[in-house]
Amino acid sequence: MDLNLTPNEQKFRDEFRAWLSKNVPPKWTGGISPENRDEYNAWLRRWQRTLFEGGWAGISWPKQYGGRGATLMEQAIFQEELALADAPHLLGTIGLSLVGPTIIAIGNEEQKSRYLRKILSGEEIWCQGFSEPNAGSDIASLGAKAHRDGDIFIVNGQKIWTSFAQMADWCLLLVRTDSDAPKHKGITCLLADMRAEGVSVRPLRMMSGDSGFNEVFFSNVRVPVTQVLGTVNGGWSTAMAALMNERANLGTGVQVIFRRNLNALIARSHTVERNGRPASKDPVLRQKLAQAYIELEILRLNTNRALTSLSKTGVPGPEGSTQKLYWSEMNQRMQQIAQEVLGPYGQLAEFDDGLWQYGYLRSRGNTIEAGTSEIQRNIVAERVLGLPKSY
Amino acid sequence: MDFDLSKSQKLLKHSARELLARECKPERVRRAMAAESAWDAALWQTIADQGWTALIVPEAHAGLALGVVELAAVAEETGRVCMPGPFLSTVLATAIVSRHGSAEQQARYLEPIAAGEMKATAAVLEKSATWDLDAIRCGAPLNRATFVISGEKHFVTDAEAADVIFCVARSGEGLVVLPVPKTAAGLTIRRTASMDETRKVCVVNFDNVSVEQRNAMYADATSLGRAIDIATVALCAEMVGGMQWVLETTVEYAKTRQQFGRAIGSFQAVQHQCADMVLLTESSRSATYYAAWALTHDDPAARAAVSIAKSYCSDAYREVANRGVQVHGGIGFTWEHDLQMYYKRAKASETLFGDATFHRERIASIVVDRDVQLPAPEPARMTEAQ
Repeated sequence: MDLNLTPNEQKFRDEFRAWLSKNVPPKWTGGISPENRDEYNAWLRRWQRTLFEGGWAGISWPKQYGGRGATLMEQAIFQEELALADAPHLLGTIGLSLVGPTIIAIGNEEQKSRYLRKILSGEEIWCQGFSEPNAGSDIASLGAKAHRDGDIFIVNGQKIWTSFAQMADWCLLLVRTDSDAPKHKGITCLLADMRAEGVSVRPLRMMSGDSGFNEVFFSNVRVPVTQVLGTVNGGWSTAMAALMNERANLGTGVQVIFRRNLNALIARSHTVERNGRPASKDPVLRQKLAQAYIELEILRLNTNRALTSLSKTGVPGPEGSTQKLYWSEMNQRMQQIAQEVLGPYGQLAEFDDGLWQYGYLRSRGNTIEAGTSEIQRNIVAERVLGLPKSY
Repeated sequence: MDFDLSKSQKLLKHSARELLARECKPERVRRAMAAESAWDAALWQTIADQGWTALIVPEAHAGLALGVVELAAVAEETGRVCMPGPFLSTVLATAIVSRHGSAEQQARYLEPIAAGEMKATAAVLEKSATWDLDAIRCGAPLNRATFVISGEKHFVTDAEAADVIFCVARSGEGLVVLPVPKTAAGLTIRRTASMDETRKVCVVNFDNVSVEQRNAMYADATSLGRAIDIATVALCAEMVGGMQWVLETTVEYAKTRQQFGRAIGSFQAVQHQCADMVLLTESSRSATYYAAWALTHDDPAARAAVSIAKSYCSDAYREVANRGVQVHGGIGFTWEHDLQMYYKRAKASETLFGDATFHRERIASIVVDRDVQLPAPEPARMTEAQ
């Protein structure tokens, strides 16, 4: 066991730190509102572009596709340094943490050359077309259909809860291509052009007020068969690979945001008065702040342990579900602690530009998106512990 | 970075598991529970032969001079079998003496400890039952080259089994650690029956017990705290081992126990209990090995790391043991089932070296009170998972 960075890792960290000190843009001061969302996203895209041009995108992705060809551990250091430098977060999460790694693992040469670089440059944003109105946790029962017409799949159906669809250029899309096969065996995964004719997006407003997710309708959308990721009717294993990548990678990414939030909360606890003294002096709130710190540290440690194991085995496994379970429930607890520390101010849109109001509401979705906590617990029970299947 | 045990650390852990599976079966633990002292002479000799009592003893004193990670690897296995007796107490004494003892004192105590010929403990807590060392009141004024201890120490682990008790007392402005042999005049030990009878706790009374000045070790609260931190991490590792046993035993039971014509482990209500146990156990393990590593390398984050581990493990072990009993149903609540040992060990370990509340306050004093400029809060952002 050696938790020190290796000389290479240290060199990587020092270089990136030096680069960040010159390249992190001044903070976004525009607040959030539906009106300025496009402007904000454009700002984030420019940041992704800056990272890419500096050679700091796709840390663990192969060099020939625009990545840095570094290790997973360096990928984690990258995330940690972003947080320390107070850098903007990465916009194209779906492409970076889910689609890219899956294309690297499963895609053919043409697909790798075509898509990976543009994910890293921020030029193309991806969304993930998995959930449907009648296929949530039970994704394998999805109903969106694609029938083959020569070299083309013609797609019809509806997806829902599709984050980033409103700005996405591409969609990692699951469709049914064989209705007679058992439900897991008739699914195909397509790389679908969101600008194609017949695709329409209707934003859904989230509880937090912004429209992060959408309904997406496909009406006779033509997708060339060359756009199949994996094999025809073999989409279920592509989907599983994507989901395990998502669970393994998202945990390292969200840490950046959590760490920043907790630092901000601790700073605030010195200035907000609770029960006649600064919140930071209240014995009960001190306990809660410490608990938040403990849980966040453990997220970091669990992630580093998982990365060590992933570096040795190479393939993300069902253990990623424990990570997803942990961070999603942790963030909800942390946001609740923030509300308790801040009292009624936590609910105000004008207080800290709505950071706490938004964070509390947005975190409610964490245990639902990317696989509900119930599904994650099922996966841990059945695939990590070997308990008998429940359904 | 490599957050995994090294080959030799794994080997040490594996051999500990095999040895204890043979030599420390539940029958043996139960015998110790029923006895006056949890010390089992033959078992003690067996673990001393393995070098476990010499793990953190310096090389100069016939020790193995290994790090806290190796100590934790062994302690995880002793916790897995609920090993009874003064192992942890002796680790605490060893940590204190190797930090505060003179070369002569180290030779006198650490060499026999390493050889398995001496068992020891430390008397720290008083009636106030706090692990805050500033609260120590037990006095030992110095009178003509002799410290005279008068006071009462509570919750002293394995005091009856120990050949020597290291009493932490206040003398003048500072703290002093005074070795008191079990035969000392004025020393009385009263065992207080408690939940976890695999680790006996005692009230130790010092009625004008004399200790020659040349035997005394001087300590300040910070440095003594570091020695206690080492034992604390060993305890956390024991707790992780206990959690692992409860988890595995419970999952095995859920796979075989049939109700409604199927294994209860196929019901999600049961599955989810088990999944939570995985999360609690693995998180405890991450925190414990991080703290062990940080202590070994004298990392600036070590003190916080120890408190993170102890605070988290204290809550987690209780919770894992709870769920283990719940999944087992009636049989889990019996004296006959070994779960009871772990359920009680979890409770006793929760408060030993400070409970979750104590360690959270310690963390707050580090991270909330720290005098550094934190970045000001910034605007909310629209993200995938804020």
